[in-house]
Amino acid sequence: MSAPLLEIGGLEAGYGDVQVLWGVDLAVASGSIVCLIGSNGAGKSTLLRAVSGLVPAAAGQIRFGGEDITHARPSRIVAAGLVHVPEGRRLFAGMSVRDNLLMGAYKRGDGRAAVRRDLERVLALFPRLAERSRQDAVTLSGGEQQMCAIGRGLMAAPRLLMIDELSLGLSPRLVEELCSALVGIRDAGVTVLLVEQDVMTALELADDGHVLQGGRVVLADTSARLAANPMVQQAYLGAVVAHP
Amino acid sequence: MNRAFAFRAIGLAALVALAALPWMADNYVVRVATTMLMYCALALSWNFIGGFTGYPSFATAAFFGLGAYVGGVLQNMGLFLGLAWLAAGLVVVVFAAVTGRAILHLKGHYFAIASLVIADVLREIINGLTSITGGGMGLNLTAPAMGVEAQSRLFYFSMAVVAAVALATTVWLDRSRLGFGLRCIEQNEDAAIRIGVGTARLKTIAFALSSVFVGIVGAIYASWTVYIDPSEAFDILISVKPIVMTLLGGAGSVLGPIYGAFLFLLLEETVWRNFLHVHSGVLGLLVVLLILFMPRGLLGAGSRLRVATWLRPERAAKRRAGS
Repeated sequence: MSAPLLEIGGLEAGYGDVQVLWGVDLAVASGSIVCLIGSNGAGKSTLLRAVSGLVPAAAGQIRFGGEDITHARPSRIVAAGLVHVPEGRRLFAGMSVRDNLLMGAYKRGDGRAAVRRDLERVLALFPRLAERSRQDAVTLSGGEQQMCAIGRGLMAAPRLLMIDELSLGLSPRLVEELCSALVGIRDAGVTVLLVEQDVMTALELADDGHVLQGGRVVLADTSARLAANPMVQQAYLGAVVAHP
Repeated sequence: MNRAFAFRAIGLAALVALAALPWMADNYVVRVATTMLMYCALALSWNFIGGFTGYPSFATAAFFGLGAYVGGVLQNMGLFLGLAWLAAGLVVVVFAAVTGRAILHLKGHYFAIASLVIADVLREIINGLTSITGGGMGLNLTAPAMGVEAQSRLFYFSMAVVAAVALATTVWLDRSRLGFGLRCIEQNEDAAIRIGVGTARLKTIAFALSSVFVGIVGAIYASWTVYIDPSEAFDILISVKPIVMTLLGGAGSVLGPIYGAFLFLLLEETVWRNFLHVHSGVLGLLVVLLILFMPRGLLGAGSRLRVATWLRPERAAKRRAGS
């Protein structure tokens, strides 16, 4: 297997005096969907924020495509091809869906033709967005907003797309729609790192998974093996452990 | 098509009237018109940081006072008038870039308070530097050696040039990638960071842009009135008025600040002259009414954000074909 696209070693980070990450080791292979699972407060979102440069790393190293980005500025990181779709979507109100998508291309320097081609690809991937492309982005439903946020991330032409809380507040049908879109995104060559509350969905979708607990990665394996792991089953899938 | 033509005709007529005014009107009118052009420059400047970027800056008085004193002191040292004004703009823009870098990580009220304090600190420093600035006694400037009429024309056209350049900058910013980045910060700074907008740098540029014309206008004002003192040059109203004007006209729009400045001056000259004692009260009332009933101003910007042409080739083409 080739070198991983994203490689994190001994990462420590937090907010002020509150340390959240206590030495995270993690690798994301190129061309895969990788999920991060863990309970509330385990540090999933903080990990994504640290990788995209929004929370400074106190110790450890983050390498992306062989390049050290531990202390790079967020705009540099986006330009390098690592894009973060934040929790709660955060679209630009007062702008149309189309303009929101185009804003994703802010850092690109490869010309209008390429941006336009990508816009058409995103609209083909999410036909609902094409129907509503002239609408103000905040008038979309929750699921459509999530599509718009993911589409905006794709417009930056990322190599790695990090999505925080994919299914938060969405109906099961929409989640399914988003999942199949993500598979399409992966097959188009974009690696996906996903934080997901719904562990069942996450393990079904992802190729590999990491379990985060107390600010450390305690388990890392293929999704299939994680789903079969008794500890994962008990803690996250609600399996009842038979008493001897 | 007809509307665009009418709009242009009105604009052209206004320009001709502005150019001919000093020869047509009496001294009082020229003085009021000079003030209006000054207000336009101040409101357009605040629009860069307060309108486009959404950062409620109260630093206008700081830039104005600093510009007035730098220009005044340099002029008294014998520097040519125009050079003193430009030097004032330069000093103020550097000052704004440095202080902006320091306070622009604050948001909302916190940023407003931090920007409010700058003028107070500068006032105390100027007050203390008696040997250079004259301290609390103020600074007397020598009037340029020319007739009264020529003087009033000089200051009128100088203010007009600064206002015009500020307007041209606004028109450019409205279509530029930088302006678009600023609007993203205004809409949702968090999301702007995620799509790779270098927010710290862009906000500093916006703050610096909002200072440079104010500094120059302050210096021109000092030369115009021939006397400045710290409490007048750093008056809090210099910070508040441009905000009210811009909100009145439509924050974040191109022409809003100009409409706002015009309307504000009209109110100032007609209504408030007759209510001298409750002047600030009326101003406060106007702010409250504005926020309650016209949160987007006359032009209602914000609801019709346009993507800059660099991302929308087809629209640019349409505009070219249409005009």
